[in-house]
Amino acid sequence: MSRGRFGVHGGQYMSETLMNELLNLEEQYNHFKEDPEFVEELNTLLKEYAGRPSLLYYAKRMTEDLGGAKIYLKREDLNHTGAHKINNVLGQCLLAKKMGKTRVIAETGAGQHGVATATAAALLGMECEVFMGEEDTKRQALNVFRMELLGAKVHTVTTGSKVLKDAVNDAFREWISRVDDTHYVIGSTMGPHPFPTIVRDFQAVISEEIKEQIMELEGKLPDMVIACVGGGSNAMGAFYNFLEDEEVKLVGVEAAGKGIDTEFHAATIAKGELGIFHGMKSYFCQGNYGQISPVYSISAGLDYPGIGPEHAYLHDIGRAEYVSATDDEAVEAFEYLSRMEGIIPAIESSHAIAHAMRIAGDMDKDDIVVINVSGRGDKDVAAIARYKGVELYE
Amino acid sequence: MSDKKDIKIADAFKDGKAFIGFLTAGDPTIEKTVEYVLAMEEAGCDLVEIGIPFSDPVAEGPVIQEANIRALSNNTNTDDVFEAIRQIREKSDVPLVFLTYINPVFYYGYDKFFKRCQELNVCGIISPDLPYDEKDEILEVTQKYGIDIISLIAPTSKERIQMIAREASGFIYVVSSLGVTGMRSEIRTDLESILKDIKEVTDVPAAVGFGINTPEQAENIAKVADGVIVGSAIVNIIAEHGENAKEPLVNYVKSMKDAIS
Repeated sequence: MSRGRFGVHGGQYMSETLMNELLNLEEQYNHFKEDPEFVEELNTLLKEYAGRPSLLYYAKRMTEDLGGAKIYLKREDLNHTGAHKINNVLGQCLLAKKMGKTRVIAETGAGQHGVATATAAALLGMECEVFMGEEDTKRQALNVFRMELLGAKVHTVTTGSKVLKDAVNDAFREWISRVDDTHYVIGSTMGPHPFPTIVRDFQAVISEEIKEQIMELEGKLPDMVIACVGGGSNAMGAFYNFLEDEEVKLVGVEAAGKGIDTEFHAATIAKGELGIFHGMKSYFCQGNYGQISPVYSISAGLDYPGIGPEHAYLHDIGRAEYVSATDDEAVEAFEYLSRMEGIIPAIESSHAIAHAMRIAGDMDKDDIVVINVSGRGDKDVAAIARYKGVELYE
Repeated sequence: MSDKKDIKIADAFKDGKAFIGFLTAGDPTIEKTVEYVLAMEEAGCDLVEIGIPFSDPVAEGPVIQEANIRALSNNTNTDDVFEAIRQIREKSDVPLVFLTYINPVFYYGYDKFFKRCQELNVCGIISPDLPYDEKDEILEVTQKYGIDIISLIAPTSKERIQMIAREASGFIYVVSSLGVTGMRSEIRTDLESILKDIKEVTDVPAAVGFGINTPEQAENIAKVADGVIVGSAIVNIIAEHGENAKEPLVNYVKSMKDAIS
């Protein structure tokens, strides 16, 4: 079996043109992650620039309202740029710079990863180009302007279904065309090895902090950690340091869109099959002789037909459980947390909150649930208004 | 007629430089794919690469991406592609290889897919997302059915060139340039040194593709390589002429084959 496997999943199913670059990236990453200077530099950026550690907040009103488990929110929404994406991006851009790259490219769905990459590129003085599906540039028009403001060039992707998957296709096409001076900052725990491992390692700070914070606050580990899953980076980050603690239940929440029994969902574990795409073996929404299916979610960030290979493996071995939440449930959770706690969560994160709302009431009062609030919802306000039929004028 | 013969990729290279043409099956229709493959063979094409359409052809430029979309919008599936090959094989012994992303093959089932290849005398598979490092994915099954995995070598392969070439079978596909498929006005890669590295370790023929579209380019490439591969230029003719592309295809293939003969 080749490099970077999680059970049968993972691997390096990539164009020969990129193989030397992937091997080089792995070697450089293995070198720099042990380099005290690199580690120090990254930790300083995370602390002084991104604002880490992020808070672990006891959601008292929500806990009382649901009447069961004690609910804590991991506030990744409070990071600079408003989401967990900055953790990975600072790591990868710093690594790319150490490798001598002068230019970074990225795909983006909701725009959070694009904004984060543009931010890190501005900070580190690198050129940045972001690929974004045309549908998403409409859903998240403000983020397009935000990236441009940060000095990035945004490419509108008009191929395929014009969403995240197609943005990844075009980012790979760009990387194949210009690999010498360019690093592709993949935004999730997906793609060919070593990306799923690199992204997971850079996001693992989330669970490292949760563990420390909850031990300090409660003196024990949580009973459950819940996170939304598209490609799976915030979930992998929230799960990773708990993998060995088998008493901690790990739950990933996929986007069920209009329902997993309709054609309009992005629930890969629930409905996908084993396949090989975007450089990895994993589960994918596919059909019709192995064509990748168009997927749908109200959340541009979860609108992806695959799932990272480590999640596929955690599902196979039963270490993590994967459930789903519909658009309606996510919107309800979005409004619920806004009113209940005065925190407007990203529509992606709202999927995780929706699941907590389903189950927390039936749990013991001694139980502790941690929800990873992977991003803030300011970017979604206009889309939610549209969803509810409210007309906004800016 | 084909099942009595053993068609080999080597046949394409036995009479001088090979001209290798590519088209996407089902573009514009499966019937036309059969007609166009036979026409290209008559015009001098030594080997034909048949593309199995895929929803997300990440290694392709716009011309072949659009051919994939046209083929899929006709609902072309893998069984239709095999049916086209069956019809081609009623009339022709031209060596054929598939160009396909690995997922449609995985989904079809490796054993079923390569068994069908053997039955229809499809000699090899080129998979842009199955590099040397992942070829164990299908190696056992392809060997069982005698199908060659065509290795790709890129301008960035460097010290990987000889590692890949040593284990190559059928022919070696040398990618002329960085980037995705598509016509280019010039090719700057030092192909001579790549081909020299290859020739040091293997006798398997090496053909160059990506970006080649004019007879002049083909002639120059043929000076250093055993064959010339043309995809986007052919697909572009089909895009332009749709169901009436036979004559322009024949003229084009003739001009390219003449240039390298």
